[in-house]
Parts: sequence; C-alpha cells; structure tokens
Amino acid sequence: MTSFVGEDGPTSSIRFTVNDRPISVAIRPDRNLLEVLRVELGLTGTKYGCGEGECGSCTVLLNGRATRSCQVAVGDLAGATVVTVEGLARDGRLTPVQQAFVEVGAFQCGFCTPGMVVAATALLRRSPHPADAEIRAAMDGNVCRCGGYGRILRAIRRAAEISALPPEARG
Amino acid sequence: MTLPRPRRPWDRTDPARRDYFEVLGEGLLAQLAGRPAGGGARGWSPPSGGAWVHVGPSGGIRAFTGKVEVGQGTRVALSLAVAEELRVPLARVDLVMGDTDLCPWDMGTFGSRSMPDAAPALQRVAAGAREALLDLAADKGIGPRDRLEAVDGAVTAPGRSGTVAYGALVTGERRIVAVDPAQPLTAASGWRVAGRPIADPRAEEVVTGRRTYTSDLRLPGMRYGAALHPPRMGSRLIRADLGAAASRPGVQVVHEDGFIGAVAASPREAHSAVAAIRAVWEETPEPGEAEIETFLRHHPASGDDWDTAERHEGDPVSALAAAPFTVQASYRTAYIAHTPLETRAAVAEWTGTRVTIWVGTQTPFRAREYVATALGIPLEDIRVIVPYTGAGFGGKHGGDVAAAAARLARAAGAPVELTYSREEEFRWGYFRPMAIIDLKAGADRDGHLAAWIFHNVNAGAAALLPPYRIPHQAVDNELSESPLAQGPYRSLAANTNNFARECAIDELAERAGIDPVEFRQRNLDDERLRVVLRRAAETAGWADWHREAGRGRGVAIGLEKGGRVATIATVTARDDRPVRVDRIVTVYEAGTIVHPENLRSQIEGAAVQALGGALFEAIHFDQGRIRNARLSEYRVPRFSDLPEIEAVLLDRPDIPSAGGGETPMIAVAPAIANALYEATGRRRRTLPLLEDDLMPPPTPTAGARRPTRPRAGGSSRGSPARSRGTRRASPR
Repeated sequence: MTSFVGEDGPTSSIRFTVNDRPISVAIRPDRNLLEVLRVELGLTGTKYGCGEGECGSCTVLLNGRATRSCQVAVGDLAGATVVTVEGLARDGRLTPVQQAFVEVGAFQCGFCTPGMVVAATALLRRSPHPADAEIRAAMDGNVCRCGGYGRILRAIRRAAEISALPPEARG
Repeated sequence: MTLPRPRRPWDRTDPARRDYFEVLGEGLLAQLAGRPAGGGARGWSPPSGGAWVHVGPSGGIRAFTGKVEVGQGTRVALSLAVAEELRVPLARVDLVMGDTDLCPWDMGTFGSRSMPDAAPALQRVAAGAREALLDLAADKGIGPRDRLEAVDGAVTAPGRSGTVAYGALVTGERRIVAVDPAQPLTAASGWRVAGRPIADPRAEEVVTGRRTYTSDLRLPGMRYGAALHPPRMGSRLIRADLGAAASRPGVQVVHEDGFIGAVAASPREAHSAVAAIRAVWEETPEPGEAEIETFLRHHPASGDDWDTAERHEGDPVSALAAAPFTVQASYRTAYIAHTPLETRAAVAEWTGTRVTIWVGTQTPFRAREYVATALGIPLEDIRVIVPYTGAGFGGKHGGDVAAAAARLARAAGAPVELTYSREEEFRWGYFRPMAIIDLKAGADRDGHLAAWIFHNVNAGAAALLPPYRIPHQAVDNELSESPLAQGPYRSLAANTNNFARECAIDELAERAGIDPVEFRQRNLDDERLRVVLRRAAETAGWADWHREAGRGRGVAIGLEKGGRVATIATVTARDDRPVRVDRIVTVYEAGTIVHPENLRSQIEGAAVQALGGALFEAIHFDQGRIRNARLSEYRVPRFSDLPEIEAVLLDRPDIPSAGGGETPMIAVAPAIANALYEATGRRRRTLPLLEDDLMPPPTPTAGARRPTRPRAGGSSRGSPARSRGTRRASPR
C-alpha cells in the first residue's frame, strides 16, 4: 500500500486503487486526481492539458468509465477503482487499442495519445463495433492539437477489428 | 537516457579538443570537416557545418543534431537518413537531439529547415562514417578495400566468409575521422530504408504512457515552481508584498533581478503561493479590439532582415488603371494561439556552478543564451536539453521558463520543475500576429494578371511574393508594435499572405469569368506548381463538380520554403446548420520524400490546424489583457470538425528535400474561404471566417485572473466526453 500526506490544510484519509494497487491518502479532499497521479504517485502518463476538463489529456478509467481526472476531487474517490494508461497493457502485451495506434501511426507529438487511448478503450468496451459517427461523438472531448484525428479514427476502427480476433491471432 | 556532461559544450570547443570518447565511450567518431554541400541556408546551420556520428562497440549508432522533436516527426526522418547511409536498421540509430552540450549549434527548429539543412549534414557524415568503417576493415585484413561492402551493420567481403559487425570493428578504437563536406551520397533511387513506409521504433512508449516529456521528469528531491506574471505585457512592477506567500509552510519565495516566483512541494502549492503575492503594477493604456487596426497601421516597428521583403517591377499603378478586371480589398487575420497541448515546461538542476535545464523549446541554443544573460553566468556552465515536447507549432521559441526554473532551483538548492498552467500558456506565450493586407490587383481581357499591389501590415515576409507571372508589381510589408506578445507560428506569415493572395486571385478569376483553376494555370510559369495544381484538380474531381445551393468548393495554391502545394476544399453552409468543411484535398511536392507516412501525417494535421485558424480561432483582448485564455473559451478543432482529408504526395527524387511541416498548411484557409464564398455568395475577407460564438463577454475586472489550475471540487463523477455540437461557430 502506498500512503502519502499532502502538506497544506486539513486532510482526510481516503482509500482507493490505482492500476490494481491499493492507495491510501491523507490529503486535502479538494485536491484532484490528476495531481495525485502525477505528483504523488509519479504516474505521469496521464497528462495535464487544460485543467478544466476540456482537452481530455488527463482521461483515466474511473470505475470503468472514461473520466477527466483533473475534474475529480480526491475526496470523492473512496473505494474507487482507477486505471491509468500505464495500467492498460498486461504483462507487457499491448491492448488492441494500443496496438492499433502503433500500427496506424496515430500520433504526432504523442501528448494527447494516453488520453485518446484510454477514451477509446472505454468506448470499445461499451460499444465493440462503433460507427464513425459514434467514434467522433465519443472522442469529441479529446483534443489532438497536431490535428491527427483522421489517423486516430482509423486506429479506433482498427482496434475494433483486432478486438474481434481471437487473442492468439492479434499479433 | 541523458549522456554524461563533457568538460565543455562541444559546439564551443575546438573540434580537435572535444572529449568525445570520455562521454560516448570507445569507438569511431566521424565529423564533418566543414559545411555540407547542399545544406545550410542563410547561416541557419552551424558555421562549421558541424555534424558528428559515433559508432560504438555494441554496433549502435549515435548521431547528433541541434534540431528538436516537437511532433513533426523529424527524429525518425533524420534517423532514416543516418540509417540509410550507414546501412543499418532504423532501430540501431539513436539520434541525440537538442542537447546543447553534445549537439552541433543550431539556430532552432523552425522554418522547415530540418530536412533541407540537418538531413544533408547527417547524411554526409554518416556516409563518411561508413567509408571509414570500410577503411578500418581493410586495415584489419577483412579483405581488399575495393571489394568490401557495408551491409546491415557489418562489413562483408563478397565471396569470403568474412563478415565483421561494426561493433567488433570499432572495439578498442578511439578513432576520429574527418569527413569531406562533399562526401557523395547514396542516390534516392538506391535507398533501402528511407523513402518508404516504416514504423516509429519508439511508438510503444507513446501508447503506454511511458514517454517522458519535460513536464513528466521527476528528479530526486525535485520541487515545483511557479512565476509571478504582470497583468499584461510591458507592465512595470511598482511594489510587491511577498509576506503572505513566504509565510506559507513549505513555500520559498524568490525575488531577484525583477523576477518573482515561488517553490513548493507541489505545482498547486507553488501556484497558490504566487497568487497570494500582492503586486502593484504600473500600466499604460493599450488598444482594444476596436482600435487595433488603426494602432497596427500607425505603430511601425523594426525587425530582423528576414522579416521584411519587397519587389517593385514595372508600373503597377498605371497597369491597374488600365486593367478591365480589378479587385481592391483589405484582408485581415486575427491573433491566434498555438495552443500546444503540453504547456511550457522546464526542469532545472544545479551541480556546483553548472546547471542542466530540460525544457520544451524549439530553440535550445537560444534558450542557453537567454539563461546566460538572465542569470549572468557563462554559456559553458549551462546545458539545455530538449526532451520530447508536446508540440510547438512555432510557439515555443525562447528560454523564459528555462531561466525561471534555473533561478528557482538555484535559490531552492534543489531541482525545480516549472510547468505553465493552460491560462499562463495563453497569457505568457505569444501569438501569431494580427495582420492587415491591402491589395489591389488587375487582370487583362485574356485573364492574365497585369498589376499587383500588395502591402501587408504586421504579417511578416514569408510567401509575400506572388508565385504568378505579373509584369507590374509593388509588393512590400511593414512590421508593427503590438499590444499583445507576437511571434513565429507554423509557416510564419505564409498563411496570412497566401490567404489574401489566393482569395484575391479567386475574386479576379470570377470577374474575368474564368474558372479558378484555369485562371491560376494561365498565370503560372512554375512547372512544378502547375503539376501540383493539375493533380489536385484531378483528385478532387474539379471538372465534375455540380453546383448545389448551400455547398461550395474552393481552390488555392502556394509556393513556400521550396515546397509546392495545392488544396481544394468543399464546404456545406446552410442557414439552419453550422458551416462544415466536408473535404480537403492537398497535393504536396517538396522534392525527395524521406519518410512518406510522416509527410502524409503532417499534411493531414496541417489541414486540421489550418481549418481552426480559417474558421474560428481568435484571441480576444481588451486593454492588453486576453479575454479568452482558457481552452473552454478558445475554440480549437475537434473530432466533430474533422473533414475527409486526402493527402497526395508527389515524389521528386531528383530534387533535394524541402521541409514538410509548414507549407502544406498555407493553401487551406484560402481554399476554405473560396469555397465558403461559393456556398454563401458572400465574400469574407477576415480570418477567422466565422463569428466566434465562444467569445466571452468583456471582463471589466482589474488584475489578471489567477491561474485556474486545478479547479477544485469539480464534478466528482467526472465528465465523460462531452458533445460539443452546440458550440460550433455559425456564419457571421
């Protein structure tokens, strides 16, 4: 179990899990999940892009749902399950979404990619064969300032195809 | 991995005295003896033509360049150039980029100079290294020199069993070879690695979140910093009460040489401490949006020599008066923000009197100079390293955050990271300049351009001169003072100049009753550009277009930085629905293509970014203060804006490579503007073309808003992807 204490103000103790790891924090409950991940836990795959839930760079899975971690107060996390981009691949094996992003070359600077990968993962869990319009709608809150949306769209289509293959055929 | 520090930065050390092997270990080091043939424009590349490559006992290749990777794909493209000449797989090349202690001096990563300048230098030094490895193999008796070949990271003697890997050849060596700047290169027709699709060997670290950007660095004992900013550019500090900030537990306030900042255990505490500083600033009146055009027209400024250009030929005034078809109009562009997704960030760590600064900048060597001046320390004591950077688009020149981090780390006696909040990035970066273009042009009865009078205020000189044959021309530009900080932007002024020019060309074509593609062809001499335009018209099905109410298509071309581009856009604009760009076809020709998939990706991205500037991006301001310094108030292109994009590459292996990050962008806005005119019948001459319905109401408050990061107590359930459909801009 990882424990840490924030410095400023009154704190309360909260327990949740991040990437299957139990976490216990004694911290000001109004601090947000993004800060805890990046500063306290060193999980820097989740990015800060805007701090107001507009860019999607900080997207994580919170109890399975794609969520802007900069908009989540730690105080509301008791008992929650958080999965970050670092927690998606198991045993060094890329997920279909990750594999598809690599295959298609669906990034330029790559800074939005973790948020895109997590958001796409949640989408495909909810809807394994999304139409393009559904992909566009589901991903509209994730900004790629390099303008790589076309490739990201292709990568998500490809990820749906890969997911439909038996695991041994996924390459 | 960061390599050890040399005794002195290599770019500031005589080549004969550089401690290459102490830093890189044993092996073979090849360096260019002078400026490479075919590379280096206007003194933008190292004066010595510096380039060096190291081959180590593992067989790994380290090549060095002062260019940086900000998402434009240069790391792979330049690595391909090295891999090709050294006959090794791409993954064998480790390109060290933007490390001022180890890399050749470089002006900066801008102006699409990486492929034209850095690639030839690296190709030649890599080819020289390959020849030196063959020499070494001959010396070691692997076979007769003229029968040896370099293949797949080894030297082989045909017909013999002897094959020796590079690593084995250089083991125990400390050999420096000087490479002739005219070292012959492998012809593109003989390339085996470059010039074809290839996967980025480092893609996995991106999709797993392991790639470390500057803002992700975590050094032992590292603390977090924040800087105090004036409410607007040019405000002078009268006094500051630091007491409330300094008395916070765990906070250290730093006040030196006019700089004020704070160091704390977390970014939030550092920003919050700075927000607690009571500062009083002297402010002078600044123009708002209502007065800005008059202001820019009447406040000339000076710039560098590449900021202005002019051409005066014939008698354009008389020719215009005589022309049967004319257009006289002014075109305008707004200030727009680069908005790289990673905000400015720097981490500084001191060891004695020497400092290492990791910083997301496009100009590491200029950042080093900036820090030296700001802190009053020698250049030799400063090492600037540019890690992977979450984009730049021309917006990350300079060294301000580097200097701030260095000051804070020195005062704190610990490594310090300083990352701008999004609001700071908007307020304390700089913008693509607002500009006005006054244009008068005329064509004769046969649709030949006869007169061209083009004057731009505050755009800049890139792509100022028309690519068309025009006998009578008066073209020039002037720079202006600006109430907002302004600076470079992807493709510099070319977007602005090309927007005005290509809209005016369409207006003239219409008056002359000539099809816009045909009108352009009739006035072009540049055969490469003619081919590009023809191909675009074919690809987009220009000849088969059927007019339909509420739909339009538009064409534009451009020639800049050696690249030729043509874009055809189609749009839908009906009263009851937001304007939508349906399709963008861009054909691009920039000489030899080294990394085709990356070039395609750059063209696609340029189309999307240009679409934002064309339709809705605009900075709003009053009294020098930015009114929309948040992503919720500055609209950038999103998934729902994505048109169908078709990027067509024309390869010319007989012509040296021009860059590809910028020029593919410059025909997009005018093509959209021309399409929107066809769809609506109304000519819009101001970018952004659509009214920005995200503009916040004027804020009469005094004092800059405090950094918003992070907003506490927001939606605890979090907000999954929101639909932005209702926020789409609508026609003015």
